[in-house]
Amino acid sequence: MYVVIAGGGKVGWNLARELIGKGHEVTLLENNRRRYLTIEEELEHAVQYGDASELWVMERAGIQRADLVIAVTGDDEDNLLICQIAREKYLCERIIARVNNPRNLQWFELLGIQPAVSATDLILRLIEHEVPSYGLVHLLDLPAEQLEIIEVEVTTGAPAAGKAVQQVSLPEGSLIISVLRGGKGFVPNAETVIEAGDEVLLVLDPGLEEAITEQFAPNGRAAG
Amino acid sequence: MFVLIVGAGRVGSTVARAALAGGHDVSVLDEDPLSHERLDEGQSTSWEDAGGRFTVGHAIEVEALEEAGIREADVFIASTDGDNTNLVIAQIAKRRYDVDRVVVRVMDPARASWYAEQGLHTICPTQAAIAEFREALEV
Repeated sequence: MYVVIAGGGKVGWNLARELIGKGHEVTLLENNRRRYLTIEEELEHAVQYGDASELWVMERAGIQRADLVIAVTGDDEDNLLICQIAREKYLCERIIARVNNPRNLQWFELLGIQPAVSATDLILRLIEHEVPSYGLVHLLDLPAEQLEIIEVEVTTGAPAAGKAVQQVSLPEGSLIISVLRGGKGFVPNAETVIEAGDEVLLVLDPGLEEAITEQFAPNGRAAG
Repeated sequence: MFVLIVGAGRVGSTVARAALAGGHDVSVLDEDPLSHERLDEGQSTSWEDAGGRFTVGHAIEVEALEEAGIREADVFIASTDGDNTNLVIAQIAKRRYDVDRVVVRVMDPARASWYAEQGLHTICPTQAAIAEFREALEV
């Protein structure tokens, strides 16, 4: 696979090294001269000097034949533009953009730049995962497919606690896909009784989080 | 007409003053509070006393754009010193806020012409300079 990476910061340089190690062909673009010279000592011809948002720099890097373009500069506007031009002008099918400020994620969505990866968001999710007081954890969002997978820890006294799966009043558009109990996961059937302390994984249409929380962890946010 | 100008450099501030003098409602957004001075330059009254609006904030922040009045804007001018910033906020103005007329300054002729083909109204000072030089040199 041929990969063009815009931005030779920590993320870009390490990505380039890893991808080269896996046998891929990589061109890394860096527009700071000193940074470029440092990287060039290690990556040699796999790094080029220039502003990746300039068309001729992209073309010199062979963007027309790139299988994947990754924009990981420290500037969200640059990452947006590079991905937009890669996809819409050079018809590159696969792009990945880095979002530095999670508040800019909406602009990546507005301009159809997907996937957009935000380190802050990833770490926030890990925090949510580690801190049960949040009650409900997003494990996976599939905005294009209009689906999400969430995890919720069943609290004592929740409407669902002590009920069989078929008796739990789940909102339309949601489904229990697995239960984690005592460190083991299993797929429940209609008779499986949900217990307080279970971690329940559900797939649902976006927007049903509140109805799910009511059933499984109505006091989730207050706890802890 | 309500004109929102993002980026009060030489170009933005001069266009802002001209639009205000022309009887339009004008709001200016810039991340540098000192850029306000350019709006007052050579004027007998301050920018606000003359009826202008000024907001300090970053061009791609929703709060800043909305405080500056993007929801009511009939015209949106992107004239910050960053091409990519201008191109992103111009598309935000069009697609998210449905602003009627969006004009964007792009210094790089290549990006300016490609985005013009995509339907953005781009203005490229570099291209204008090239044309003038060529005319002066007759080449």
